[in-house]
Amino acid sequence: MKKPSTFKYIMVNIALVLAVIITLYPVLWVFKMALTPAQGFSLSLNPIPDTVSLVNFTDVIFNYDLQGRWLFGRQLLNSVIISGATTLLGIAFATTAAYAFSRFEFPGKHGGMSMLLITQMFPGVVMAIPLYILLDTLGLINSLMGMVLIYSTTAVPFCVWMLKGYFDTIPREIEEAAIMDGASQWLIFYKIMLPLARPAIVVTALFSFMTAWNEFILAATFLSDETSLTLPVVLQRYVGDYSTEWGHFAAGAIIVSVPVMALFFALQKHLIGGLTAGGVKG
Amino acid sequence: MKSSALLLQYVKRFVPAAILAFCLLFSGLTKASESITLWHSYRGDEAAALVDLIRQWNEAHPEAQVEPLNIPFGAFGQKLSSAIPRGNGPDLFIAAHERLGDYLRNQLIEPVPQKANFDLLMPRCADAMSSDGNVYGIPLAYKSLALFYNKALVSAPPATFSELLKHAKAFSNPSDGKFGLAYEAASAYHHMPFLFGLGGSLFAPDETPLLATDANARSLAFVRDLVAHQHVVPEESTGTLVTQLFNTGKAAYVINGPWFLGEISKDIDFAVAPLPVIDETGKPMQPFLTVEGLFKAANGRTDGMDVAFAYYLIDTPQARHRAEKGHQNVATLTIAGLSETVAPVYRQSYAQFRKQADTAIVTPTVASMRMVWEPLATALRRVLRGAAEPEDALKQSQTRLLALMRPTPEPASSIPYLILLGGLLALAIWWARKAIKAPQFSQRLKKGKTAYIYVAPTALALTALLFLPFVVGSAVSLFAHRGGEFTFVGLKNFWSILTCADYGFTDPLSFYVTLFVTVAWTAINVVLHVGIGMALAMLLREPWLKLRSIYRVLLIVPWAVPNYITALIWKGMFNKQFGAINALLGLLGLEPVSWFSQFSTAFAANITTNTWLGFPFMMVVTLGALQAIPKDLEEAAFVDGATGWQRFRHVTLPLLKPALLPAVILGSVWTFNMFNIIYLVSGGEPDGATEILISESYKWAFERNEQYGYAAAYAVLIFIVLLLFNAFNKRVLSPAAEEAK
Repeated sequence: MKKPSTFKYIMVNIALVLAVIITLYPVLWVFKMALTPAQGFSLSLNPIPDTVSLVNFTDVIFNYDLQGRWLFGRQLLNSVIISGATTLLGIAFATTAAYAFSRFEFPGKHGGMSMLLITQMFPGVVMAIPLYILLDTLGLINSLMGMVLIYSTTAVPFCVWMLKGYFDTIPREIEEAAIMDGASQWLIFYKIMLPLARPAIVVTALFSFMTAWNEFILAATFLSDETSLTLPVVLQRYVGDYSTEWGHFAAGAIIVSVPVMALFFALQKHLIGGLTAGGVKG
Repeated sequence: MKSSALLLQYVKRFVPAAILAFCLLFSGLTKASESITLWHSYRGDEAAALVDLIRQWNEAHPEAQVEPLNIPFGAFGQKLSSAIPRGNGPDLFIAAHERLGDYLRNQLIEPVPQKANFDLLMPRCADAMSSDGNVYGIPLAYKSLALFYNKALVSAPPATFSELLKHAKAFSNPSDGKFGLAYEAASAYHHMPFLFGLGGSLFAPDETPLLATDANARSLAFVRDLVAHQHVVPEESTGTLVTQLFNTGKAAYVINGPWFLGEISKDIDFAVAPLPVIDETGKPMQPFLTVEGLFKAANGRTDGMDVAFAYYLIDTPQARHRAEKGHQNVATLTIAGLSETVAPVYRQSYAQFRKQADTAIVTPTVASMRMVWEPLATALRRVLRGAAEPEDALKQSQTRLLALMRPTPEPASSIPYLILLGGLLALAIWWARKAIKAPQFSQRLKKGKTAYIYVAPTALALTALLFLPFVVGSAVSLFAHRGGEFTFVGLKNFWSILTCADYGFTDPLSFYVTLFVTVAWTAINVVLHVGIGMALAMLLREPWLKLRSIYRVLLIVPWAVPNYITALIWKGMFNKQFGAINALLGLLGLEPVSWFSQFSTAFAANITTNTWLGFPFMMVVTLGALQAIPKDLEEAAFVDGATGWQRFRHVTLPLLKPALLPAVILGSVWTFNMFNIIYLVSGGEPDGATEILISESYKWAFERNEQYGYAAAYAVLIFIVLLLFNAFNKRVLSPAAEEAK
């Protein structure tokens, strides 16, 4: 598109800067609390910290147990494994199902799509104890695998819906051409559809990752070993019955959010450049 | 042939990856079964002192190693009640005595044998852990409110409240942000010293809860006078505000508990004293006393080593360590004072909390105790913000209390329901057989074979991990849960919710009022999320924008930061006296708004917070979806002379729809059940008016005597409402989506 007028350029930038300021203002408070050694929560208009200290971060990171094991390291690893596996499993579940919903006619198709939506309507209040009993029966209590299964099923319905919508926008002519060339169903899915759906896969990957990365109630209920806990559970421990260690909690919150931001930053190229391959116009 | 080849390929691709994942995921999770597991939610110094003692014990007892596990306070109760009955619980756990009754009814604990060193303990602490002549817990420490004073501002602790008030009035200067007495005036727990000091009570002589008494009304009027007329106590004071005022020298006295010690800044020279006597009655201000102890979990160890460890912790040397290093107010009597090596502040406060414990009232463990908090707090807040007179507020709260306690429904016979269920099953089987026998069915099924292979993994996982737990969980709605026992009551829970049997149709507790609020909440949020998210995405796609990748990352921050902390920051920003939003309004020359005292502003505060949290998601989805739109279409429209809005409305938007529609529908469903924001920002204020269905369900389950059946019925109703919404969508939205294609 044409280069914009200077006026438009300035207005757009002003609008975005304003949006960024409103977005970041509350977050600056998290930084202020994290950088202030005291464990208080202060209220005022100015979110710039008076003193700067990294002690909250070092307290959170250098956390060892009785046997001298580096708990933070293990918990970070658990979080990475669980979230990473959830993302992979979530994408595997979602892309295959979404492809079928988008490209095939079969009995139960419409019911299936509705069912996916319906799963999102289950209020969590009633689910925790039955889930516990189920996981216990399967021997998956206190196991990372159990968490991965739960998180990926939580994330899958959205991913399928999202991907199905995206697959629907991809013209069928491409597959038809591939079928003429003798490509198998699987090859079409794997070699053509998946690369074309890259922006939507990136969004669903981010979504699955975050579902697993930030959850703590189920993780705290289902995991019972210090070395198998995930970071959000550990973070939530700074919130006490009577009082909260705000400094540690804020530092932990920042540590937890950084990977998500980094991931988004790294993936945005794919989000943007997903369709540069050409041939998908119209 | 084709589909089996497909399956083979499928297996080839996924099985090695799956095996690898399994190996990784199952490794390193074997647990030493010989050890004694101890669950606690201690933090900071308390946790450090406990760990020291465990280390010492472990060195001396290699055969009975203790393994502590720190569990977030928010998940503690749920974890105990799910793990212990399944035999996955700990051997010991540390908790407050208030829940003793619940633990007993739910069979989570076992009695502990009484040993000689039980005599070392403060008798009232030991009593708090007993029931029907059995000891169920070993008391470690106690907590209660007391008076903190800034020594630079106050020379000696006051003996009477009028003395305190005299100092406080001389010091207070609200326009300067200075207050003589800072405490959480709107919290029922912090109100107890005033209530008891003025001769109030929570229970009638027959032990039924009774709030509407003259003495209780006097205590509310007394506190209202302090806040609204004398201006010695800040309005809308939260724990955060109290800490901040005291740490900046802007509060002379504070009423708070021992946990406050860790929050006081090093620059403040302070001391602790027992709460003063109220002049009018001559009675001391009596706070509630909470005793923390070790409980022996049911299904735990049987060799007695866990109990031995518990007794080890209350022995004099260990109790001394917990007091001196963990700053606990220990229940062991032999620690009369702390040694000289401990900071004077802690030595002083230790002695004063011990004094306060002598007059404090041990929190009752009866089940109805936990029903009292919510109505009492409602009355207190209504009086403080001038919405009602004390007598009227208490009368209404008494009505509310009776509504919350709900008479237990009569048990119902399960036979008609079983017959109905059998009938439905038969019908389903008959229908399925008919469908299978239909001529085209097997053909269609065969045609769909490939599709089924693609769908099968997802379908299996969802059935097992979402549908099954939901069906089982929903079945609870047919039962009533009282005192650890479930009785079958059929559809009575639904009946009483839908007919508002225990309260009026227009009461904030009413299902219909809450439903209306929930629908408004969902609609406004989704419109704002999508509107803002889409607008920003449209701006961010412009290729000439130099900083767009930076903008993009900064704008997703609200989504990336755990919402628990940012929601609380927003709550702080809405504080009447000290919040950033009123400060901003002040700069614009506007009057400060008391955000949580009216429905409209409290609702707006919730919406603002959730919009801030929710727009990045819609922005990211739109950004992804925009990639599917070929630019040349828009360019063609541009060449044709369409304006920017026309291009968006007629070219971009219809193309975005298929990818955006799922996000919008799912976004509505999620917002409908967005529990966190309501709970953390407005907390249902004023008087439960901003509560949505899911937070109401949560309160019935966890804050109103565990009426699980009633709560589950709420959850099922939520589900039904959403199903209706889905049916509506199908009719209204889907044709539009088809058209867009």
